[in-house]
Amino acid sequence: MVGIRTRDLRKVYTSAPPFAATGTGFGPPTTRGKSKQPRPEIVALDGLTLDIHAGEVFGLLGPNGAGKSTTVGILTTRVQPTGGQAWIGDHDVWHDQVAVKRLIGVVAQRPNLDFSLTAREILLFHGAYFGQDSAERGKRSQALLDRFKLQDRADQMVRGFSGGMMQRLSIARAMMHDPQVLFLDEPSAGLDPQTRLLLWEIIREYNQRGKTILLTTHNMEEADALCHRLVIIDHGRNIALGSPRELKASIPGGFLLRLRFGRHSPELLERLQSLAGVREVRASDHNGAADLYADRGGSLVSEIASLASAATVELCDVHISEPSLENLFLHHTGRSLRE
Amino acid sequence: MNWKAFFAMLARDAHVARRNAMVLMFQTFLQPLMFVFIFGRVMVRSGYMPEAYKSLLLPGIMAISMVFTGVWAVAMPLIAEFQFTREIEDRLLAPMEIPWVAIEKVLAGTLQALLAGVVVIPLAWLILRPIQFDLHAPLSLVAVTVLVAIFSACGGLALGCSVNQNHIGLMFSMVLTPMIFFGCTYYPWSALKTFPILQKVVLMNPLVYASEGLRGTLVPQFPHLPLIGVLVGLIVFDTMLLSAGLRQFQKKAVS
Repeated sequence: MVGIRTRDLRKVYTSAPPFAATGTGFGPPTTRGKSKQPRPEIVALDGLTLDIHAGEVFGLLGPNGAGKSTTVGILTTRVQPTGGQAWIGDHDVWHDQVAVKRLIGVVAQRPNLDFSLTAREILLFHGAYFGQDSAERGKRSQALLDRFKLQDRADQMVRGFSGGMMQRLSIARAMMHDPQVLFLDEPSAGLDPQTRLLLWEIIREYNQRGKTILLTTHNMEEADALCHRLVIIDHGRNIALGSPRELKASIPGGFLLRLRFGRHSPELLERLQSLAGVREVRASDHNGAADLYADRGGSLVSEIASLASAATVELCDVHISEPSLENLFLHHTGRSLRE
Repeated sequence: MNWKAFFAMLARDAHVARRNAMVLMFQTFLQPLMFVFIFGRVMVRSGYMPEAYKSLLLPGIMAISMVFTGVWAVAMPLIAEFQFTREIEDRLLAPMEIPWVAIEKVLAGTLQALLAGVVVIPLAWLILRPIQFDLHAPLSLVAVTVLVAIFSACGGLALGCSVNQNHIGLMFSMVLTPMIFFGCTYYPWSALKTFPILQKVVLMNPLVYASEGLRGTLVPQFPHLPLIGVLVGLIVFDTMLLSAGLRQFQKKAVS
């Protein structure tokens, strides 16, 4: 069983981050190298330290641009860290790349299947890259095609596959050489609910065989359903770490009521604070919006409405959400995960 | 070095090339053979070109076919795979050092260019016959042909890792077309002696050494550059393009 560690990982991009569809320009070198302005630096990771246990399903949760893909990029040898270190098992990722590549399977955020091959050939050649003999390749590829319900299209070129089929095949390919650590970058993005459930089942099964799985997601339900532990990252930093249950328990009260009043009224906010079960009231801005963390949800609404009416402030909107990782993220950063 | 992974990638490229064999054939041979037909047959039979021009044309056509094949086989997949389809990621994650992924591409491109060179000679001969060959130095011919094939694949690597996919058209019109016209493919280098500056400038064009080398080893009755100059020129360009290509490949592969 193989774990993952990072220590004080930093990554500063001076050009476009990975997976951005840009390339080196062709033609005269315009301002490159001559510009007096320094190229803008983008800090993607700012001292990220993680200790992912062997045999764990670990989630990286955060909004777009939080540093999730960069973390996966560094751990899978595709991004050179600016500072800090990362290990897969006992191997330093940057200095022992070939040994690390033998231990990992990677499913990228965007499908990157070999369009010149059929689904079966993709698995067979992948197995060959990892030194599997022909009998083993044949057996494993057939088992994976069956497991991922791709047997009917196994011998067709992948160019015509739907997004969901490509995603399933990408995951099957990553499992082809039976890696000890599986990286899944947004695995269920764009999948229909049925396929998502199949995928979750396969991930759990794989984990039960002692494999370590690191997945990035901004789907709360997925993180909740699969992860033993997760870390919430934003601006390349670790904001909160724990099991989904622990993290949810750390939100004051658990319930979040997002309120919008006709106008901003500090007196009303003070009175709301004194209601039974209310743990924290935060005025989001001066337009009358407020976030209220409490031990209860719906039963508070009538009391809030009475207080507002007594203060001659109109209650325009109420949104109640139950304890969730989304609320946790909002609590720590003041921003929604989807922003 | 993980030879199993290396040869598995080579097998993958061979498999894809076999699958696309017909398309590759037309892509590689149609244009040069039409050129051979018009200039070597129509123009010669109608008396606008001397009979000897047919033999002069052969090494140039071989050089063009090889260079196009090698550049196409390496550069086009790399441009698409690094910038658009990202197909190459699976190979970059194979248990092998990253430069070997590029070297495998170069080897696959070299083999395809060699095949193109070997196939185009009988095809051109069918259109042009009779022509005068003189295989007086077969080893030199093999050495030049191999170096030309390596040059085409290394050129493909360097171009494929530095050209943006929006600029593929420019790559052909601004790099490959001038290279062919100023590459002594349709005329010997000595024909430029009345353009002394141009004659020196074209020596920066690696295709000159390819055409002149093949001319010297296939049809030595025509004026050509000395073999030693050709070999040195090709080795220098092969080395320069390979090291530039590997550097660019590494930059593309790792952020």
